[in-house]
Amino acid sequence: MPSIKKPLIPLAAMPTNEIGLTMRDYEGSMSTLCAGCGHDSVTAAIVRALFELSIPPHKVVKLSGIGCSSKTTAYFDSAAHGFNSAHGRMAPIATGANAANRDALYIGISGDGDSLSIGAGHMVHAIRRNVHMVYVIENNGVYGLTKGQFSASADIGSAAKHGKANTVAPIDPVMLALSLGASFVARSFSGDKEQLVPILKAAAQHRGLALIDVISPCVQFNNHNGSTKSYRYVREHELREIEPDFISTGREIVVDLPRDGSVMVAMHDGGLVRFRTLPAEYDPTDREAAMHYVNQAHARGEIPTGLLFVDESVPDVHELNHTSETPLVELPFEELCPGSTELEALQQSFV
Amino acid sequence: MTLAPTDTEDLAKGGEPRINDFAVKFANVNGTGSASANNLILRAIFRMGVPVSGKNLFPSNIQGLPTWYEIRVSGKGHTSRSRRYDLMVAMNGQTYAEDIGQLGAGGFVLYDSTWPLPATLLREDVNFLGVPLARLCGDAFSGPRERILMKNIAYAGAVSYLIGIDPQVLAELLEESYSGNPALRDSNQKALRLGYDYAEANLPATLPFRLRTDTGTKGKILIDGNTATALGCLYAGATVAAWYPITPATSVAENFQKLCERHRRRKVTLADGSVETRNDYVILQAEDELAALGMVIGASWAGARAFTSTSGPGISLMNELLGLAYYTEIPAVVINVQRTGPSTGMPTRVQQADLLECAYASHGDTKHILLLPADPKECFEFAVQAFDLAERFQTPVMMLSDLDIGMNDWVVDKLSWDDDYRPDRGRVLSDAEIEEVGHFYRYGDEDSEFVAPRTLPGLTEHGAYFTRGSGHDRYGLYTEDAGAYAEVVERLARKVEASADRLPKPVIQSKPGANIGVITMGSCEAAVIEALQLLESEGMTLDYMRVRGFPFGSEVKAFLDAHERCMVVEQNRDGQLRSLLILEAGGDGRRLTSVLSFGGLPMSADQVAEGIRNEMQE
Repeated sequence: MPSIKKPLIPLAAMPTNEIGLTMRDYEGSMSTLCAGCGHDSVTAAIVRALFELSIPPHKVVKLSGIGCSSKTTAYFDSAAHGFNSAHGRMAPIATGANAANRDALYIGISGDGDSLSIGAGHMVHAIRRNVHMVYVIENNGVYGLTKGQFSASADIGSAAKHGKANTVAPIDPVMLALSLGASFVARSFSGDKEQLVPILKAAAQHRGLALIDVISPCVQFNNHNGSTKSYRYVREHELREIEPDFISTGREIVVDLPRDGSVMVAMHDGGLVRFRTLPAEYDPTDREAAMHYVNQAHARGEIPTGLLFVDESVPDVHELNHTSETPLVELPFEELCPGSTELEALQQSFV
Repeated sequence: MTLAPTDTEDLAKGGEPRINDFAVKFANVNGTGSASANNLILRAIFRMGVPVSGKNLFPSNIQGLPTWYEIRVSGKGHTSRSRRYDLMVAMNGQTYAEDIGQLGAGGFVLYDSTWPLPATLLREDVNFLGVPLARLCGDAFSGPRERILMKNIAYAGAVSYLIGIDPQVLAELLEESYSGNPALRDSNQKALRLGYDYAEANLPATLPFRLRTDTGTKGKILIDGNTATALGCLYAGATVAAWYPITPATSVAENFQKLCERHRRRKVTLADGSVETRNDYVILQAEDELAALGMVIGASWAGARAFTSTSGPGISLMNELLGLAYYTEIPAVVINVQRTGPSTGMPTRVQQADLLECAYASHGDTKHILLLPADPKECFEFAVQAFDLAERFQTPVMMLSDLDIGMNDWVVDKLSWDDDYRPDRGRVLSDAEIEEVGHFYRYGDEDSEFVAPRTLPGLTEHGAYFTRGSGHDRYGLYTEDAGAYAEVVERLARKVEASADRLPKPVIQSKPGANIGVITMGSCEAAVIEALQLLESEGMTLDYMRVRGFPFGSEVKAFLDAHERCMVVEQNRDGQLRSLLILEAGGDGRRLTSVLSFGGLPMSADQVAEGIRNEMQE
C-alpha cells in the first residue's frame, strides 16, 4: 500500500478541541484509494470523531487486515501505531494487543472479504469475547484489489459490473452480530457522515466490541445499476428511522436517564447516546426487537441504518478475565516472577 | 509355586536378584483410572531414591481402548525406554496375547485370576502370577465405579510387593495425594493393602529383579516437560498466552493457567471498599491456532511477553502468521510439542518431524530461531531463553519439545532460578531516546546484531509507525522498489544468523581417538548416550554431539569438519536434522548418514545401537 504524505498547505486558524489539537492532528497519509471511494468518507468520519472526542492521538491503536478497506488505517491518525496485518487476521491481532495494553482505543478496520469470508471465524469469536474495540466493516459487496469478484455480503440478484448476478445467499454482519450476542451493533452509510460520526463516537465510548457495518460503495466495481451496494441504490433504500446523537459528558455521567423509554443510553467510558428519532415502540436496548426490526426492513427491501442495538451491561474480555487495571505491559518484571524461593517450594510437589 | 526357567543369569547366579535394573509394562484399558495406579508406583520408586522413567503409550481415545505404561528402573540413571520387560501387568483381556507374547523367556505375568486365562495364552517359559483382583475388590467395595477404580490400586499393591516397594512410602504418597479427601484416601489404602497382602500370602517372595533403596534421586525431581515449560513461561514474565487445545501440547497452557492462578493473582481494594481479585495475566483459548498466534503477535507487538503452545497441525496453520511476524519483526514465542505427522498423524505418538517445517515456516524467504530441549529441565530453561531471544531479535522463536518430553515424567536435576535474572527486552525506544536520536527509523539504525529499534503502541507520544506485512523499506514505508526491499530482507537474514551466538551451545562429548561422530537432538539423547556406552563396551568409540539450537553455531560446523563421518540419530522418516546440517552447517551429505526411528514410540538404546552397528558395517 503506497503511502504519500499530505502536503502542508497553510490554512486559516483551525478550530481546536479540548486538548488543543486541530483536525489535522488526526489525519494520516494521503489516500491512494480511487476517487470517490466510500472508504475515504469513513476515514473522514473517523478523523472527525477522534477530534471531537479529544482523544490523544497516540492513545489510538489502528489495526486492519488486507484489502481496500484495510488501507484505511494509514489514512487517519498518523501519530498512532498502525498494524496492517494479514488477510482476515485483524481480530486476533487486536485481541492480543488489547490483552497486553488495555489503556488505548483500539480501532479495527475491516472489509466484507476480510471479515465475512477469510476472517469470519475470527470476527465471530472477537464478538463472543467482547473485545474492547471499535470494529468497522467497510462493506461494498466486492473484492476491489482483485478487480470485482462478489464478496460474501453481495445480495442475491445483485449484478456484477459485467452483468452476471450473484446467486449465493449473503451474510449480513448486523444479523450475525446480533445473533452472537454483540453488545453494540450499528449500520451506517459512508455517504452519511452526519449519522456515522455520532455512531463512531458512541462506539469509542462503548465497553466491549462495537460493530459498525458501513455500506461503502466501490466506485470502480460495484456502483452500477443492478448493484445493491451502489450509492444510488443505498440512498433510495436506506431506512433512516433511528437517529442517534452522541453527547459528550466528560468522564462522569451526570445526566439522569429518562424512565419513560430507552431513548438515552449512558456509555461506559463516558457520554450519552440520545436517540433523536426512533420508530414507534422500538427499543435499541432490546436485542429481540432489534433483530425483528432489521428482519422486517430487509423483507421490505429496505436497509435500516443507525445505532440498532446497544447493551452496556455485557462484560468485556477484561472484566470476564478480571485483568489488572494496570496494563499488563506496564507491570514490572519483579511482580511477575515468583523468584527462587517460591521455585524451591513449588518443587516439593515434584518429589 | 515353581518358576519357569529363565534366560537371564539372575537367579542362576547364587539366587541373588538383579537390583534396580528392570522394566515393568502395564497393559490397561484407557479411561479406567489406571494412570493414577501406575503413577503411584513410579513416584514410590523415585521416593526410594532409585532413578526411574515412565513412558505412557496411549491411544487417541477417551475410554475403552488398550493403553500401556512402561516403567524402567535403572540405578545407573538410564531413562530411555526399555523394550525388554521383566514383568507384564496384564490388565486388558483384549491384548493378553500381544502382551504375553512381548515377554522374554523367564518373564513374569501378573493377571487378574478371578477368571482363568484361556489355555491358548499359556506359555511354558513364562511365569503366571494370578491375583483375583475383581473378586477381591468386588468383596471389599460397593458400587461398580469404585470396584473398577480400586482394582488398579489393588494391582499396584501386588506389584509393590513383588518388586519390593516400601509400603511406608506408598502410604505417605496416598496420604499426600488425598489429604483433602479422607474417604478416598482410606479406600485407596484399603485397596493397596488388598493387593499387597494377597501377593504376600500367595506369590513368590523373591523375583529375579528387585528394588533397593538408594540415593540416586537426591537433588532431583520427577516432572514432565509441559509442566516445566509452563513454569519457564511463568518465570520469564509472560503475561499473555493464547492457545487452541491439541494433544500433546494442551497441558502447557493448562499448567500455565494453574500457575498463574497461584502466582499472578492480587487482591485489590476498590473505591467502594470492596476487595476483588485482579489477574496479572490474560489467557485466551483461541478459535484456532492461527488466531492463537495472531493474539501472541498482537500482544508482543504491544510489548507483552506472550506465547502459544501447539503441535504439528497447529504449526501448519500458524505458517501464515509466522511469516508476518518474521517480516514485520515482532517477537513471538511458540512452543511446539511435536507429535507424529503428517496431517493428523498419530496424535498420541512421538516424532521429531517438524524440524524443517519450523526452520523455514511460511512462504517467501524465511528462517526461524529454534530451541531443541532434551528433557524437562531444558524445557524450563529454554522457555525463558525463548522470550529473551524473541525480544532481542524481534522475531518468532520456536521451542521444539515433543510428546515424550512433554507428557512423560522424567527424573531431572531440581530446577534453579537466579534472582538476578532480568529479561532482555531488546531494542525498545522511549520518548526520551527518540528525542535524543532525533529520528526513528523502524527498520533502519540496526545494531551489531542487525536488530532495528522498535516502539510500543500507546506507550510513547512519538515513534508511531505503521506495521505492514507488505513490502517496506528501512523507514517502514510501503515500497515496491527492489533495492529498498532487498535492504530489509538481507538484514533479516543477517539478523537471524547473528542469533546463533546467543543460542544454547551443542552438548559435545569427545573420546580420544574417535573419528566418527554421532549427532542427535532433543529427546533422543537418553537412548543415544546409553547406546554409546553399550557400543563402547563392545570396543566401538564414538564422539557425540547434541544440537540445541538453530541457526547452528560455529561449534556445530567444527564438529562436522572434525569427523570423517557422522551418523545422525533422529525420530523422523526423512532425516530432517541431517538435511538441515547439510543446508545450514556445510555438512557433506556423503559423510552424513541417518539412524532413524519414526514409528511413534520413544527410542530405546538397543534400537540406536543396532542402527549404528548396521551403519558402521556398510
